Amino acid sequence: MNPWPFVAAAYAAAILLTAALLAWAFVSMRRAEASADAMKRTDRAPSADAEGQER
Amino acid sequence: MHAFANPARFLRLARPASSWLLLIGLAFAIAGMGAGLMLTPPDYLQGETVRILYIHVPSAWLGMGGWLGIAAASISQLVWRHPLAALAARAVAPAGATFTAICLITGSIWGRPTWGTWWEWDGRLTSMLILFFLYLGYIALSSAERERGGEGRISAIYGLVGAINLPIIHYSVLWWRTLHQGQSISISGGSSIDNSMLWPLPLSLVGFACLFGAAVLMRMRAELAEAKVEARLRRMEAE
Repeated sequence: MNPWPFVAAAYAAAILLTAALLAWAFVSMRRAEASADAMKRTDRAPSADAEGQER
Repeated sequence: MHAFANPARFLRLARPASSWLLLIGLAFAIAGMGAGLMLTPPDYLQGETVRILYIHVPSAWLGMGGWLGIAAASISQLVWRHPLAALAARAVAPAGATFTAICLITGSIWGRPTWGTWWEWDGRLTSMLILFFLYLGYIALSSAERERGGEGRISAIYGLVGAINLPIIHYSVLWWRTLHQGQSISISGGSSIDNSMLWPLPLSLVGFACLFGAAVLMRMRAELAEAKVEARLRRMEAE
């Protein structure tokens, strides 16, 4: 039995699953941090407008 | 550990650490796998299939280490009420499940040319499969608890109870001597594998451990940002 297809399949599975985990963790982190930053910006904007109106 | 109870302080460390762990992990994992594939000799008995060792063993250790992390975070949450403990345990679970799945898949692929079978209900294989199902259960339970606004105490108890499986996995090759080989690498007692074949293993272990850490830190950052947005939305609804 040729062992190389088994070795290649094992390495491919390990690399693909690890890459999928890292990609999912990275994308979910970027998305969550972007929405938190956007919310922070919208929080600041009305208060800046209010300060402008007071002046 | 309590120094990182403050999320802002934790994030100051986690932001650069996640990038560094990712880069170091990639470098070591590629070096370890490359050396394992190209620079080591084949085994006298198993031939070229022994090269699966460099991904199978680190993934098995990280799968078990992940649950140990969940158990430690669960103790920290239940005893000291550490504010980031539940979040850390939730972040570890997908990474632990992924590495346990890698261990099961690569072990099955290794088993076909070595043992002549893809799967056997052997003590080590079955206890590892149970660990994978425990991870899936933890992910489902902690998500459900979080959606209901719980503190994660039920998940923490589940995490501690699930840790009973770890010594079962470790000693399974001694208690039920069936198909899986006995322990060949021990922290205290050295290794039965020749050094000419063993040396890439620490490289791939460090590499995959750093990638595991990077995935956990990125998930923790995501959960903290999601919690911030949810808290803001709740305040807006209350106003």
